[in-house]
Amino acid sequence: MSETLFIEGGRVIDPAGGVDGVRTVVVRDGRIAEVAERVERPRDARAIDAKGRWVTPGFVDLHVHLREPGQEYKETVATGARAAVAGGFTTICAMPNTKPVNDNASVTELVLARAAAAGLARVLPVGCISRGQAGEDLAEYGELRAAGCVAVSDDGKPVVSSGLMRRVLEYARAFGLVVAVHEEDPALVGKGVMHEGPASTRLGLKGIPAAAEDVMVVRDLALLELTGGRLHVQHVSTRGAVRAIREAKQRGLAVTAEATPHHLALTDEDVAASGYSTDFKMNPPLRSAEDVKAVREGLADGTVDAIATDHAPHSPVEKDLEFDAAMNGIVGLETAFSVCLDLARKGVLPERRLIEALTVGPARTFGLAAGTLAKGAAADVAVLDVGAEWTVDPEKLHSKGRNTPWKGKRLPGRCVYTIVGGRIVHGESRAER
Amino acid sequence: MNAQDIDRAVRRLGREIAERAKASGSAKELAIVGIRRGGVHLAQRLRSELKAALGAEPPAGTLDIALYRDDLAEKGAAPVIGPTDIRFPVQGKTVVLVDDVLYTGRTVRAALDELVDFGRPRRVWLAVLVDRGGRELPIAADFTGARVEVPDDQDVQVRLRESGAPEDAVVVKPRRGT
Amino acid sequence: MIGRHKHCIALEDYSREEILEVIDLAVSMKEVLQRPIKKVPSLRGKSVVNLFFEASTRTRSSFEIAAKVLSADALNWTSASSSVTKGETLVDTARNLEAMRPDVLVIRHSAGGAPRLVAARVGCSVVSAGDGAHEHPSQGLLDCFTIREKLGTLEGKTIAIVGDISHSRVARSDLHAFPKLGARVRLCGPPTMIPAGVERLGATVHHELREAVEGADAVIMLRIQHERIGDPLIPNTREYSKYWGLNARKAQEWLKPSCVILHPGPINRGVELAPEVADGPRSVILDQVQNGVAVRMAILYLLAGGSPAEGAEGKA
Repeated sequence: MSETLFIEGGRVIDPAGGVDGVRTVVVRDGRIAEVAERVERPRDARAIDAKGRWVTPGFVDLHVHLREPGQEYKETVATGARAAVAGGFTTICAMPNTKPVNDNASVTELVLARAAAAGLARVLPVGCISRGQAGEDLAEYGELRAAGCVAVSDDGKPVVSSGLMRRVLEYARAFGLVVAVHEEDPALVGKGVMHEGPASTRLGLKGIPAAAEDVMVVRDLALLELTGGRLHVQHVSTRGAVRAIREAKQRGLAVTAEATPHHLALTDEDVAASGYSTDFKMNPPLRSAEDVKAVREGLADGTVDAIATDHAPHSPVEKDLEFDAAMNGIVGLETAFSVCLDLARKGVLPERRLIEALTVGPARTFGLAAGTLAKGAAADVAVLDVGAEWTVDPEKLHSKGRNTPWKGKRLPGRCVYTIVGGRIVHGESRAER
Repeated sequence: MNAQDIDRAVRRLGREIAERAKASGSAKELAIVGIRRGGVHLAQRLRSELKAALGAEPPAGTLDIALYRDDLAEKGAAPVIGPTDIRFPVQGKTVVLVDDVLYTGRTVRAALDELVDFGRPRRVWLAVLVDRGGRELPIAADFTGARVEVPDDQDVQVRLRESGAPEDAVVVKPRRGT
Repeated sequence: MIGRHKHCIALEDYSREEILEVIDLAVSMKEVLQRPIKKVPSLRGKSVVNLFFEASTRTRSSFEIAAKVLSADALNWTSASSSVTKGETLVDTARNLEAMRPDVLVIRHSAGGAPRLVAARVGCSVVSAGDGAHEHPSQGLLDCFTIREKLGTLEGKTIAIVGDISHSRVARSDLHAFPKLGARVRLCGPPTMIPAGVERLGATVHHELREAVEGADAVIMLRIQHERIGDPLIPNTREYSKYWGLNARKAQEWLKPSCVILHPGPINRGVELAPEVADGPRSVILDQVQNGVAVRMAILYLLAGGSPAEGAEGKA
């Protein structure tokens, strides 16, 4: 059985429980036994020194691409789960745009089986919104829910038909499934490859206007109002979208939103400065400084509920190309905490909010029993060395993907222990610099 | 050499060229071409001398040899290339190439290559103010103002009024380190 | 000096001095083109490979002639006759060609940033002959050269660029170069053809042709693509021509007598330029073509007329 863990001396930040202070955490039989200021160490416990470090619930990522089944050369459930725990994530939600897509129980079960075999981060599958992800018919939400899906999404693609989207929101209500949407109007996106603005003009690349995202968010909020149900806006990137979501929440609509670390940290000017580096190409694209500011404000004031990485590994075959031809996406599991800690240090968001948006925020969004250190909860814990600094070396990432815009950059903060169900799945067994 | 020496030399060169031109029957087919940059003003002076001696001014031109250098690989592209201006037909002419200092002979080699790209001259004569020896190619001047022996680490410079010098002079200076 | 740039990819990277360096040198190069024997031995033994992924006879020929006048060997490689259709990537293609040790790769590609991608992967110099809508540096330079040749200087001049600015790499290169030489730039076209934030590059935007060309010292007319499938910027060329095309009457009534008209070619006669204007007294379009060879000679000379390719020895 799993050992008893005694995590002592760390600053425990558990927004779900309202805890922020030096505490000791005791893990027994895979669950949180105690979180208190003074605890006697059980004799059989393994001690983990967390002095000077943060101890938080294991992070929850609502948006990762694990590429299995079908594109195992880019990533597998196992390598993705490994990357996740290296970054402090104990629960990750796997997007369905695999090959074949996850619109049926078999694929859902395959993902769960691979995750169990890996025994690292918990992997929760997300099923398709539409059959085959074709945007025409409903997928079988009942089957998907029963097989283990926690939400539905056609991520990678929007649901173009308003008629279908209406039915999606209605039908998903029957199974209590959150509908997570990738918002863009393909006609406005056109052949765009980066944010439409002065930077795209200078680079001579086709631009995607912010309005491409805004029109769909506004549309879906109107449909949400019509249908009831639960809508979750993925990778919010524009001020228009943030504004619409804020206003909708104020009116009591059941909408939530997530933002990626890169949409909180980088702009279209960074794309320009990179010299057409495809490590800066993703969808939605990196936007203007005003948009980034709005997303940050949205995260600070609760309009944005969660930070989600949209971890999207690719191989050089997809990325070592001219900008127009490269596929969208960057990896993010192993840099997320560091990038966000950097933002917290710069005063962009309070530390507690950062942890909240990585733990209980996402957990509540999909209704997951995670993101908390409450007594009796599953012992999913992250121990973070916030004083550490490291240089991002793509070759040393646990993910198969090497596509990160922080290549060669020095970032603060490192996850030194990750515990899932009371087992240490990522640990400081040797110096990891 | 001082200003007077130079003046005497130029006039003597002019006379010699005129005589040989007359002797070879090519006085009417004479042309003067100055090699940039040192030969340009000298060519103009010789042209005046020849006008006086022959009664008519021979056509004149300028050659910039930068595009014909053989040391491009070493020295790299020369961004400043002066104008090459040959407006008369070269075919059949007796061309007097003029330069201020004859040293390794490479400049003249380049000038000959460039000149024949404009047409086939009947003959080419080389007139220089100073021959300082040190040839690296089999090139010889037909008309020489003065011969000097100068060690390799020294430069021979001809300074003329037309280029802004206070007075004409031939100066020997240590060569700036490579 | 541009020798410090190993490549010629974007005029955004060039300083005023570097631009002048090229066009000053192009003056001497143009003189060579007037000679009976249009050949100088400067780049003898060097090779220039044209790697064109987009069809273009005129620019490719211009680079080819420029290389040959300088006595370099010129090789053409177009994508239709290559393995790109078999799925070879840009980087692989460039690397395969580089293995043959060219001194200069001249690249035209439909994707912005392609020359930069190649330049990062090969050892030789890279010249962009146009990448997507990003830049067309040799065209920008020859436009500077032509305007200076005709007007004496660009300092204090007003230059209007008319057409589909959003898709034009020529406009962008011009826009980077002209202000550095002291000119003011006016951009003109329907709102659909003006890209976002272009004023930040230092130009004023006009939607009325008259306003843009009145008082201008030079007008550059850009080619209008007949159709853009899926993304219509104009209803048709007839309406475009009526409002933004330059015909003899407009030229007569609106343009200064000294104003020169340029066009990067090929011209859609009757759309952006009426035939009488294209062939008229203000047109310097044919000068542009000749100057193009001279400017490309200058670029090749500055990039390739330097240290030898690995292995060769050079001694005076």
